[in-house]
Formats: sequence, structure tokens, C-alpha cells
Amino acid sequence: MAIKVHGYAMSTCTARVLLCLSEKGLEYEVVPVDVANGAHKQQPYLSLNPFGQIPAFEDGDVKIFESRAISKYLARKYKDTGIDLLGSSSLTVSTIVDTWMEVESHQFNSPMQAIIRQMIVNPIFGIATDEKIIETELEKLGKVLDVYEERLSKCKYLGGDFYSLADLHHIPYLVYFMRTPKSSVITSRPHVSAWWNDISSRPATVKVAETMKV
Amino acid sequence: MVVKVYGPAYATPKRVLVCLIEKEVEFETVPVDLLKGEHKDPEYLKLQPFGTVPVTQDGDYILYESRAILRYYAEKYKSQGTDLLGKTVEERGLVENWLEVEAQSYHPPIYTLTVQILFSSKLGFPRDENLIKESEEKLAKVLDIYEERLSKSKYLGGDFFSLADLSHLPFTQYLVDQMGKEYMIRSRKHVSAWWDDISSRPSWQKVLQLYAAPFKN
Repeated sequence: MAIKVHGYAMSTCTARVLLCLSEKGLEYEVVPVDVANGAHKQQPYLSLNPFGQIPAFEDGDVKIFESRAISKYLARKYKDTGIDLLGSSSLTVSTIVDTWMEVESHQFNSPMQAIIRQMIVNPIFGIATDEKIIETELEKLGKVLDVYEERLSKCKYLGGDFYSLADLHHIPYLVYFMRTPKSSVITSRPHVSAWWNDISSRPATVKVAETMKV
Repeated sequence: MVVKVYGPAYATPKRVLVCLIEKEVEFETVPVDLLKGEHKDPEYLKLQPFGTVPVTQDGDYILYESRAILRYYAEKYKSQGTDLLGKTVEERGLVENWLEVEAQSYHPPIYTLTVQILFSSKLGFPRDENLIKESEEKLAKVLDIYEERLSKSKYLGGDFFSLADLSHLPFTQYLVDQMGKEYMIRSRKHVSAWWDDISSRPSWQKVLQLYAAPFKN
């Protein structure tokens, strides 16, 4: 099969790519990486992702890593297959999508990643949960979500009036976050909550989320 | 109408300035004093609700997030100035790959070093020497991977200068100048050659001449 994703279902960054592939209705193969035995930190994996991170991606001869670059590549290369996830018909429109992808990457990701590490990842490895970190990061996340609440009161989706990668990129961490006791951070904000209900009930989201088991 | 770029004294907006010069796009700048907290003024927050620089204003079209601004101008003016994106979807895919690397792996440690070493006294908190040491170690590991990449590829995204390289200019300039950590670049042969190449481009030299850093060396 031409499209190969090297990774595993539980990984949020792998899920980001799988969501994009599912939304586009593209065929692909998941090549499992034996992370438990450190396969991602050795060759041959390092020739696919020299940072030893998950996932890596191949489409025939094309080899790319970084989940957010992979999803954009797919959205551009397969623009005419399935839904348009970038708003490709207009540069001014697709740039707003790009802006909110950057917001996810630089404002949302960092506090969310810290919270998920404390609440979900640490317990798996028998590391103690640091409540202070959770509190501090929830405060940061709350401020970011206040801006989202304002944005989503004016627009159905983050990039405009259509579902796009700007929304999709948020899904993997939110799938885990909404299973924690802190999910009220989302549900207490009416427009953010409605947005989450919408994007989480998409068939592609349901299909990929089912495989995200800790 | 000429595009306005807010906050030219600072590193992140300088990404946008060098891009606009490469693309031969005229612009004006609007100063924003971060040390006086002007980025948290209600008027500024109307432009950029997260209260960071830069913002660009092109008539009514307002953009923020520097890398989104880079992509917009690189795409909009594709047919003039330097091609910063690549000619095919596949070339662009690799440019985006390494621009993400800059954003996810290079930027966090170098940004921490910038805040701790260059801004801590101005912002009124003590330097965290442990954090500085950790960040330098993280950055060194990333530079080792760059060394390997640049031994096989003239530029990060391929054989042409692109947004992936450009995005590194402002904070790496701080690293080699004001932070006194030029050794991190010079001790790596291919990274060193790459840095000399990209930092000597007339566009970057012009930015350095026109827009001083917000502090002395």
C-alpha cells in the first residue's frame, strides 16, 4: 500500500494523521513501531524520523514526519478526494485555517500536553501526579479556551464556517481530556462545548477515537 | 495600501520582515513595547486576542501567528522574489516538515534561553540556571540532528532556501550574538556552513540594520 503510517493508535500524534486519512477516505496501512523496546530510537526507524518520535509517514517515495506537516501534505496532495480540509479554494480563507492550526500548536498544545501527561501518562508509568502542575496548566488552558469561546460564538468552526484541519488537530488530546474529571473546562463553555459535540460525533472521529485506548 | 507589521524590535516579528523582503513586498512597521506591556492593551488584544507579536494588517485583513503569516505571503507572492515553498506538493511537504521541526523542537529550548538570559532582568525575575542548562542540552541534541540532516541536504527542506531555514534566523541570531553561544553553531561543521549561508543573505542583513534588538549586547 502506498500510504504507510508508522506509529500506533494510542499515540495522539499518530491519531492526528489517522483522522485526516479517515476524513479523506484514503486507504492506508499502520506499521506498528515497537516503542516498548525502543525501536523508535534506533535504526531503521531513525531514518524515517531522526528525532525518534512517533509517527513517521510514507506515501510511495515521499517520506515526511511531524504530524501537522503530514496532515497538511495529505490535505494538499489529495485536495480533490473527500472533503477539503484546508479551504483550498481561497488563500485568504485557507490562511485563517492555518492561523488556527498555529494557535493549536502554540497556545493549546502545551498546557493540554502537560495536563494529559500528569493525569493519564504518569499513572501508566507509576509516576506520581503533580496536582500543582495540573492547576497551573488548567489556568493557562482556561485563558486560551476563553479566546476560543469568543471565536466560536462568531464562527461554527475555528477556521470559519466549515470543518477543517484547524478543528481536527485538537481532537487527539481532547479525546483523552474529555475522559478525565477536568472535562468541565470544555463543557462549561457553551460554544466550545457545542463545537466539541459536533466534531467528536463525526464518523471519522468516532472510528479513530475507538482505537485510542490507554 | 502597504502591509503593517507590529513589533519589529522583537525576534518573532523579524521572521515576517525577512520573509517580506525576500518576497519583495513593501511594508511599514508599528512599534509595540512588550516591556511596557503594550501587547496586553485592549486595543492590541482586538487585533491579537492572545496578546503576542507579531500581527500584520493588510487593509482589513489581519493575521497573527508568525508562521501562518510567512506561509500566506510566500504563497500570495509566489511568482515574485525568492520561492520559499518549493515547486511541487512533495517539495512543500518537506518544507512544512522542517518548519514544524523548527516550531516543535528548535523553538521551545531557544525561546527559553532567550527569556532566561536576555529578558529575565528586564522582566524582573532571577535567571534559572538549571533551566538554562537543560535548555542548552535540549538545543544541542536538536543541533546534532540538524548536523546530520545538513550533511545530506544543503538546506533543511531540500536543496533550496525556504521558510524552513528562514524561520530560524531571528532567535539563532540572538544565540550567536547577545547570548554568546556561537560555539553551539561553530562546533558543528554543516550547521556552521548553513548558518553562514542563511544569515549573510541580504534580506537578513537588511533586517538587522533597520531594526535593532530591544536591548544592547
